[in-house]
Amino acid sequence: MNLAAKRSNRKPFPVHILVFLAPAVIIYTAFMIYPLIDSLRLSLYAPNENREEVFVGLDNYQRLLTDDLWQPRLEGAIVNNIKFFAIHMLVQNPIGLLLAALLSSQFIRGRSVYRTLIFTPTVLSVVLVGFIWRLILSPLWGISSDVLAVFGLEQYDKPWLGLEETALTTLSLISVWQYVGIPMMLFLAALISIPDELIEAARVDGATAWGVFWRIKFRLILPTVGIVGVLTFVGNFNAFDLIYTIQKATAGPNYSTDILGTFFYRTFFGIQLQPGNPTMGATIAGVMFLIILTGVLLYMFGWQRRMLQIEL
Amino acid sequence: MIEAKRLPTTRTRASRIFQPGHILQLLGAHAILLAYTALALFPVFLVVINSVKGRRAIFASPYALPTPETWDLVGYDTVLLRADFERYFVNSTIVTLGALLLILLAGSMAAYALAEYKFPGNAVMGLYLALGIMIPIRLGTISILRLVVRLGLPDTLLALILVFAASGLPLAIFILTQFMKQVPRDLKDAARVDGASEYRIYLMILPLVRPALGTVAVFNMIPIWNDLWFPLILAPGESTKTVTLGAQTFLGQFVNDWNAVLASLTLAMVPMIILYIIFSRQLIRGLTSGAIK
Repeated sequence: MNLAAKRSNRKPFPVHILVFLAPAVIIYTAFMIYPLIDSLRLSLYAPNENREEVFVGLDNYQRLLTDDLWQPRLEGAIVNNIKFFAIHMLVQNPIGLLLAALLSSQFIRGRSVYRTLIFTPTVLSVVLVGFIWRLILSPLWGISSDVLAVFGLEQYDKPWLGLEETALTTLSLISVWQYVGIPMMLFLAALISIPDELIEAARVDGATAWGVFWRIKFRLILPTVGIVGVLTFVGNFNAFDLIYTIQKATAGPNYSTDILGTFFYRTFFGIQLQPGNPTMGATIAGVMFLIILTGVLLYMFGWQRRMLQIEL
Repeated sequence: MIEAKRLPTTRTRASRIFQPGHILQLLGAHAILLAYTALALFPVFLVVINSVKGRRAIFASPYALPTPETWDLVGYDTVLLRADFERYFVNSTIVTLGALLLILLAGSMAAYALAEYKFPGNAVMGLYLALGIMIPIRLGTISILRLVVRLGLPDTLLALILVFAASGLPLAIFILTQFMKQVPRDLKDAARVDGASEYRIYLMILPLVRPALGTVAVFNMIPIWNDLWFPLILAPGESTKTVTLGAQTFLGQFVNDWNAVLASLTLAMVPMIILYIIFSRQLIRGLTSGAIK
């Protein structure tokens, strides 16, 4: 509307353009941009004695970072979230790359069948995946000890989801199991688009398949490596469903699986006897926003710019 | 020239296939792919086959296919009796289709404006609409909940439709703009000469970008159908529960009734897998055509 007003002294702003833009801009602004900004604003407020929200500046952030009640939970959630992300980067993305490399070879028969089947867990809801794995890992059913027995390792079986030392790693691996299809597809798309001539030229020069992969193909798909990395980062620092489904909002045992998403939910929604605290919740969302923004900006200005230089 | 260059490479490729080392490599590749496929499907398979067995058989022989002796649908009886899965399916369908319709309609209109017209602020508008691609909408949840309450929409499917539409629009507009730009200019100009209005031309362009619309629809369908967060927070009432939230609540209550848990998991899973099989080609084409860039 502003645009139209500014231009009115010259040519009137074409109405049809406004009509085309209006629905999307209104929905997107009202339900995404306004809530994000309003939520950041709310993180600067706190309820007073009369339960009115008053401006307190950065007090909430200070409480979160220094208060004995809040600080350990924040630190725990961030550390766990970093571990959650690290396991995805070290397990999910390399496996995705390996599968994509195999599926991109013209010599493999049945590629599309493998691809479709391996992607299946990705389309299932996290709730279902969470409960499926709860059953599989349940000592009552004994599937995990049977599987370990195949490799002669049954004495190492544990209640994987019930122990503080193993719960977070187990949950991360369940998430890896579900989402490995996404990096696989993105890497596959990038690998397929490499011109055959380039590969053949290297082969003729006597390079081994291993050498061709790392020295040519991998370098050419580096932009995709960056995209996969940043998508994993945003997805992981925003994760919630799997941990809520398996360990509830308390992210047990003893907060060992608490990540930012569950901490955020617990804080603003409340659990059991503890009432929700919207302004502190908004503060945690503010911290998450800063973390995700930092990651995205690092990707855009660090990785993508370097990629452009390589292309030149 | 090009033909001549290609010939020797085909020959080397053909001869490489018959080298013993190459056969070993192929076998190794198939072994890895088969092993991973088994890992991906084994848990799903185990749940489905055990959902139609009696309680004793579930524990005594979990890996056996159901036989007439072990066949038992008691889990499904419990689910159909104690949870309103039909309603959850209807709710999920309304929310998913409603949000998809809004995303496709509003998204294609905005994409058309961005791709077709040079107007002041075009680039800024494009950037503004693209901001939401990387920033998760969940971070604004508290204010979304307050907004929904203020609009009188808590516990309605409309609230979910609007929120999912808002979160799906940025990527949809981004993808559709790229496709709209590829529609030849002559086509539109010819229509303009014939006196067609801008709205008519938009309607004329729409069928031409059908593959892109399909990609956007399939992309958005899965996360909307599967989302737990917004149904849990905005519409947790029994009458507005989606399949994902309904399954979550039911599974939480019946956690010790193995038959019911396995049956409800299968009931919630199978429609998604069928839809996936129907649309897998479109989904994979979308993913592999670099649409996500």
